[in-house]
Amino acid sequence: MKTYALETQSVIKTYQSESGTIQAVDDVSLQVAAGEFVALVGPSGSGKTTMLSILAALLQPSSGKVVLDGQDLAGINDIDRVAMRREKIGFTFQANNLVPYLTAVENVELMLRLNNKLDKTGKLRARELLARLGLADRMHNLPGQMSGGQQQRVAIARALIHNPSLVLADEPTASLDTERAYQVVETFAGLIHEQNRAGIMVTHDLRMVEFVDRVLLMQDGKLVRIYTGHSEIMELIQGSRH
Amino acid sequence: MIQTFSIASYLAVKEVWRNRGRFLLVSLVIALITLLVLFVAALGEGLGNGNREYLSKLDADMIVFQAKSDNVIAASRLGRDRLAAVRRVDGVADAAMIGTSSASLILPGDDEPLKVAMLGVEPGRTGEPTVLEGQQLSTDQASEAIIDRNTAIRSSLAVGDTLTVRTTQGTRDEFFDLRIVGISDGQQFQLQPSIFVPFFTWDRIRSKSEAEVNSLTSVGNVILVKLQDPAQLEQVSQRLVAQVSNIETATLTKAIQALPGYSAQQSTLNTQGGFTLFIGILVIGGFFQIQILQKVAQIGVLKAIGAANPVVAFSSIIQIVVITVIGVLIGALLTFSFSLFFPPTVPIVFNGTTSLIAIIALLLIGPLGGLVSIRYAVRIEPLKALGLSS
Ligand SMILES: Nc1ncnc2c1ncn2[C@@H]1O[C@H](COP(=O)(O)OP(=O)(O)OP(=O)(O)O)[C@@H](O)[C@H]1O
Ligand SMILES: [Mg+2]
Repeated sequence: MKTYALETQSVIKTYQSESGTIQAVDDVSLQVAAGEFVALVGPSGSGKTTMLSILAALLQPSSGKVVLDGQDLAGINDIDRVAMRREKIGFTFQANNLVPYLTAVENVELMLRLNNKLDKTGKLRARELLARLGLADRMHNLPGQMSGGQQQRVAIARALIHNPSLVLADEPTASLDTERAYQVVETFAGLIHEQNRAGIMVTHDLRMVEFVDRVLLMQDGKLVRIYTGHSEIMELIQGSRH
Repeated sequence: MIQTFSIASYLAVKEVWRNRGRFLLVSLVIALITLLVLFVAALGEGLGNGNREYLSKLDADMIVFQAKSDNVIAASRLGRDRLAAVRRVDGVADAAMIGTSSASLILPGDDEPLKVAMLGVEPGRTGEPTVLEGQQLSTDQASEAIIDRNTAIRSSLAVGDTLTVRTTQGTRDEFFDLRIVGISDGQQFQLQPSIFVPFFTWDRIRSKSEAEVNSLTSVGNVILVKLQDPAQLEQVSQRLVAQVSNIETATLTKAIQALPGYSAQQSTLNTQGGFTLFIGILVIGGFFQIQILQKVAQIGVLKAIGAANPVVAFSSIIQIVVITVIGVLIGALLTFSFSLFFPPTVPIVFNGTTSLIAIIALLLIGPLGGLVSIRYAVRIEPLKALGLSS
């Protein structure tokens, strides 16, 4: 039996509101292997962010199982949950990604600091990673002194520096123009494959799935279709152009 | 724990440093509040001191007043005969009569006369201040005076000089010359600099009404009493009231509280100081609360990537403490440098204890004001990083 870095079984998340019960995530089972980069797509309100929050150990599912690196997220307390996010997961967010009063390299190092792993090699790796992402001359800039794309790349470095098992990205290209968006996603995909992480990217923009291994399509909280393989994914991209 | 603290202080210091302009501004506000609080405290101390200085430095355990004078020295009149009676009471080690009055010190040239408190004291007994320079008073009737340091500074008189006082006796202004034999430390009485003369000299030259001018008996205001055993205060007091007619007794503290205007003035200034501190709490609290509201997303990200709640809380606390300490330090330095430029006539006294209490209170206003914002920071959901609420 193949073991996955991340596996969910029948995850359900319901919200109560005045108009009744909303099934934000409805019976989603998925698996992501190490070294695999997956896109989570779907129309607005389909439950992508909710699903990502559950995978990120930020939100408890109403029912179902989320197993990360062999550990069931449902069974752990708040303190372990925070530790899980710190050690096993890397994040990039849509906006306000970086700590505004830390420079690019300090933001990346923060992840190591939080894990009490900031040593000489760690510092060196942070700089190398930023250089790989084309930020060699932006290391000591504050987020406010960088463009949106540069900030996203710093966030990618931060999401990878501590060797997490799972990397989650919420709309990483939302604030970028097409060309920059391609660059960012391509580099991101390259690093995930190279470092053998399990990567999940939520995106609106179907053109961005060019660099992923699989595309999970959500609709009304359900996982309705999985596109696997280059030809299927290219078809999906072609389809979105009309 | 140590790791939590080290990350918290790392974040706090970086944030303060990278936003130093904004934080310095808040520190400066705290500095101004500090300046204000310390000055109000010093003014309270100065005014209070100017009022009570002579009384608080007295080497006496008790003061005997005329009955029903409500412990007000100026309202009490005691004849010389009472002094002997007080001395005879068991447990009284020594007793001395003092008389208080105002007089004008005539200064050379066109200077305005200096209003002083002229006190009649008994040479060699309690009530006569110890001189720092020159000699004590010699006899009961000598035309001599001891002046306190405040009088010396304001009049430029020195030991050996002759001073002239003007008083009003009946309807006439009278002038008397006295030789200055000594200068004491500060001995202000009811906010006036003071001069001390032998009791009978005082009784002769003090301002009095027409009736008093012709009176043969000498009258002072109160009698200072030293006890053989200060612990026997209560018992001796009862004996005094029983054995000497028409008197009441009070401790020095009570007599000070009864000085005209003293209590009212002190409580006014204390209220002012308290209010300033309170405003300080609101200002700091407001600032940090606004700052937290602007930082919701950023704190959400920190929590999402694995910063535990204690890190966020400590970081806020450290920031607030740093800002407050810097502000109070600047304020204390400002106060100190300003105080160097105040002339000695301004009633401002920096008392160590009072200043310390004020500074501790000031250091507390930051954390107190920031309490709400820290609570708020701890409650921010990491989901905010994703632009969601739970
Ligand atoms: N806290 C909440 N309370 C109630 N309903 C919620 C809450 N959060 C999300 N929902 C609902 O759950 C559903 C899924 O929302 P979610 O944000 O996951 O969608 P999404 O796919 O990320 O959409 P978008 O592409 O617009 O970001 C929506 O119908 C939304 O209104
Ligand atoms: Mg979303």
